[in-house]
Amino acid sequence: MALTGLFLITFLIIHCTINAMIFLNDGGVTFSHWGHFMGTNPVIRTLEIGLVAGFLIHIFQGLLLIKKNRDSRPVRYQVVAPAPNSTWYSRSMGLLGTLLLLFLIMHTAHFWIPNRANQFATGEELNLYQMMLSIFADPLIVALYVLGCISLAWHLLHGFWSAFQTLGLNHQRYNAIIHFVGTTFAIVVPLIFALMPIAIYLNWVN
Amino acid sequence: MKLTLKIWRQKSNSSKGEFKTYIHDHVSPDMSFLEMLDVLNEGLVKKGEEPVHFDHDCREGICGMCSLYINGRPHGPLQTTTCQLHMRSFKDGETITIEPWRAAAFPVVKDLVVDRSAFDRIQQAGGYVSVNTGGVPDGNAIPIAKKIADEAMDAAACIGCGACVAACKNASAMLFVSAKVSQYALLPQGQPESKERVDKMVAQMDDEGFGACTNTKACEAECPKSIKITNIARMNREYYSSMFTNYEVTVSGGGD
Repeated sequence: MALTGLFLITFLIIHCTINAMIFLNDGGVTFSHWGHFMGTNPVIRTLEIGLVAGFLIHIFQGLLLIKKNRDSRPVRYQVVAPAPNSTWYSRSMGLLGTLLLLFLIMHTAHFWIPNRANQFATGEELNLYQMMLSIFADPLIVALYVLGCISLAWHLLHGFWSAFQTLGLNHQRYNAIIHFVGTTFAIVVPLIFALMPIAIYLNWVN
Repeated sequence: MKLTLKIWRQKSNSSKGEFKTYIHDHVSPDMSFLEMLDVLNEGLVKKGEEPVHFDHDCREGICGMCSLYINGRPHGPLQTTTCQLHMRSFKDGETITIEPWRAAAFPVVKDLVVDRSAFDRIQQAGGYVSVNTGGVPDGNAIPIAKKIADEAMDAAACIGCGACVAACKNASAMLFVSAKVSQYALLPQGQPESKERVDKMVAQMDDEGFGACTNTKACEAECPKSIKITNIARMNREYYSSMFTNYEVTVSGGGD
């Protein structure tokens, strides 16, 4: 979970950086330039296979983990009061992950799948910038995307430092910086993502 | 004080258990939690009923025998052992739910007593030093930094009560096993067998059916001996190091 999780975190950095190009508000010129690079560069396309595998392995490992952990307590407690000993989001990674999976299905159905399908069929890329403008005109979709970003934030808030702990990277000298970077990452990245549909819906970007 | 107690009653491992409610009106706030149960049991015995079975031994907070999942938390609302928990931590008229530790690896023996021999088997798998160390060495003959010795001592403070497993939403024993691995991993005497030790203890832990760690830190927050999750990270490091660098030894017998 830790290795695939950190791998997916590196993907988020790239995804977030390139998509943030829409905030340049230049009619999508810079965004489409980089979108074209990501969609056609053979190296990136090869890495994309690794990315899909990364997602699938992360999900599959998560399901195995939930199964193992459920089996290890066949009789549940009648009364549980875990609030004083742990945070709700650290105990809800499976739930948050499921929400993210649902979001991911919707999100890939909006952009990645139609674009790649079109590339395979005709060799032409779709105009993703125009697609963003039209898809994010629907307030319901915008709300769902924002909810997806909120789930991502909580998932990262536990997942980031947790990955380091699982890999044994726990050191008094570096714990503070791992927690600081993790918390900042978990707030900033989902916030930038959430601003994209909001900005388009409110016509800040057009 | 008057209390309503909801206690898990189960005749044996194979029979079906259920909660029974008892009204207890002879409770002093100065009693320890176990003394409160003693008084309850005395009443039950006088009435000719089967007393509530629960584990206890030293009643000084050092043996790790007492357990009890009280109102949704192991060892009750304070970060201490149940024997060191006093009734002043509860309100008059409160309803207290008392359950045994719940884990596949800790089967219920009777009522609130669970079988924690899974911990013993993990310890037997590698939690020892088998090299012949000779006589007691002179003081300061083994060079070891004070803070490392302290860290090892903190890990060795684990009394194996199982509160970490009980508190963990995954019933994971990582805090216990990591404390037992750490106390040797930190000291020179533990080095010769360190890789084999972590391999065997982790394998035994998985065999016993404990869950996997998801770093919720619930164990650390509930541990009556304040064992830290830095031990878990240390055990993970030891484990990866063993995974990559330990070599398989085939025993041919007779050393030839």
